[in-house]
Amino acid sequence: MIIKKLYLILTILLASTSVFAASGKNFIQIKGSDTMVNLGQAWAESYMETTPQDFISVTGGGSGTGLSALISGTCDIAMSSRNIKTKEIEIAGKKGIKPFEVKAALDGLAVVVNPKNPIDKLTMNQLAGIFTGKITNWKQLGGNDGQIVILSREVNSGTHVYFKEHVLRKNNPASTEEFAASALMLSSSQAIADEVAGNVDAIGYYGMGYISDKQKAVSIAKDPNSEFVAPTLDNVVSGKYPISRPLFLYTNSEPAGLVKKFIDFALSKQGQDIVIKTDFVPVSK
Amino acid sequence: MRKIKEFFIEKLILICGLASIFFVLLIFLFLLKEGFAVFKTVSPAKFLFGSKWYPISEPAQLGILPLILGSLLVTLGAAVISIPIGVASAIFIAEVAPAKLKEILKAGTELLAAIPSVVLGFIGMVTLVPWVKNIFHLPTGLTALSGSIMLAFMAMPTIVSIAEDALYSVPKSYKEGALALGATQWQAIWRVILPAASSGILAAVMLGLGRVIGETMAVMMITGNAAVLPHSILQPVRTLTATIAAEMGEAVVGSEHYFALFAIGIVLFIISFGINVTADIFLHRRK
Repeated sequence: MIIKKLYLILTILLASTSVFAASGKNFIQIKGSDTMVNLGQAWAESYMETTPQDFISVTGGGSGTGLSALISGTCDIAMSSRNIKTKEIEIAGKKGIKPFEVKAALDGLAVVVNPKNPIDKLTMNQLAGIFTGKITNWKQLGGNDGQIVILSREVNSGTHVYFKEHVLRKNNPASTEEFAASALMLSSSQAIADEVAGNVDAIGYYGMGYISDKQKAVSIAKDPNSEFVAPTLDNVVSGKYPISRPLFLYTNSEPAGLVKKFIDFALSKQGQDIVIKTDFVPVSK
Repeated sequence: MRKIKEFFIEKLILICGLASIFFVLLIFLFLLKEGFAVFKTVSPAKFLFGSKWYPISEPAQLGILPLILGSLLVTLGAAVISIPIGVASAIFIAEVAPAKLKEILKAGTELLAAIPSVVLGFIGMVTLVPWVKNIFHLPTGLTALSGSIMLAFMAMPTIVSIAEDALYSVPKSYKEGALALGATQWQAIWRVILPAASSGILAAVMLGLGRVIGETMAVMMITGNAAVLPHSILQPVRTLTATIAAEMGEAVVGSEHYFALFAIGIVLFIISFGINVTADIFLHRRK
């Protein structure tokens, strides 16, 4: 009797492991940039519509989170809104993982203020001044008298890193500019959008996709002599808008199997149409 | 046979009992091992008293003084709000309220304890934060004060229920004696019952504060998380817990930043250990 039961349990165990093994082949886990979560989700949904036997799961957490998951082998594709750091490649190498980079879309970073704020254009220098804390009152920029409230994403955000390197430090690797210590660190783009919508003196930044009529996107000029450019699809594609960045998918060594099929889909005409639909900018092809 | 059975069960229970101590030790050892690695690159004094927290810059600046002060400021604010209200409501429940109201109030405080902190944080974000901003005419409502008020709600149930227990366990004869000597009810509470229950009430306060200093989610949502040395409670602050929660996902395993976050964990562990030990001392003094 007992032996019979044991056999039963054994067969069940064996059966379940084989089921898991089979499902392992058509299941991939995608993780990373919060900016790209909606995009990744949209890709996954429309991909699974055509191939219902495959299953793709997409979660956020930040670019750094996704890349460390790729390095520790807990996801198949990492979405990242910044380049992988050399330190991360080193650590990945130690664990036998070779990150492979695919540029999948572009993103314009919008700088937003409350619609009631009269300021609607800024130069890159003024932006850097605001976010490093050198300009502290809107009056200094010709606006109302009010202390500027700086909103930033947390340090686990690729957007934070990109903004620091390209706006605050103006692409100069030797620069040591930092966000003002008084900058509020919010944990999501949505939190920044909400705070800007409710606070006349706030200024924040995030991907174009989050702009609504409750915020006002500021036009940006590279320097005082060049024209002010609004963050629109056309301006990002043409490269006129100065704060735009590539969005990446990282895989372990060259993509193969389902991972490759998924990335090919993301880069296809259909995949790039989804990019436009989710308010990002397609990679020019 | 029965003796052997007894023996095994006894030992099994013993192991279960020791397990919690064992786990605490393991956690502490792990924290120490990972956290102390940061002191290879930063001196402990610079880590504890440095005023700049820029963990992902090159070279990283790892000074956690703003974070420690942020945590302490939020906790202090929560204490100022929750202790008087909590102790007063414990007195009301234990001594004054009629039996029916007492049951309702007790159930109510327990319900307050059951609300997840992320829910409190969310409610605070949409209601309290704009309110604080408008009342004090601040540039932003994401301040230490908002965090303190929300955390006071979280500390209150602990303070009320433990303080109420302490008041309840004061022998009835004390109160009867006081009343028989001609004291009013307030005099009996203030002069006799409160002093008799004081160590239990102190323990209640300490345990409530222990909950506050370890709280993460609500604090992260409503204090603004700016790592600046706080000058007033109407400023944004960044707490120790919020820093760990917000940055652990990004920190590359084995990097300076990663070790620094563990070192923050040690600091937190020491603070809450201290609070718990103090609470324990007061609880035992009562017996």
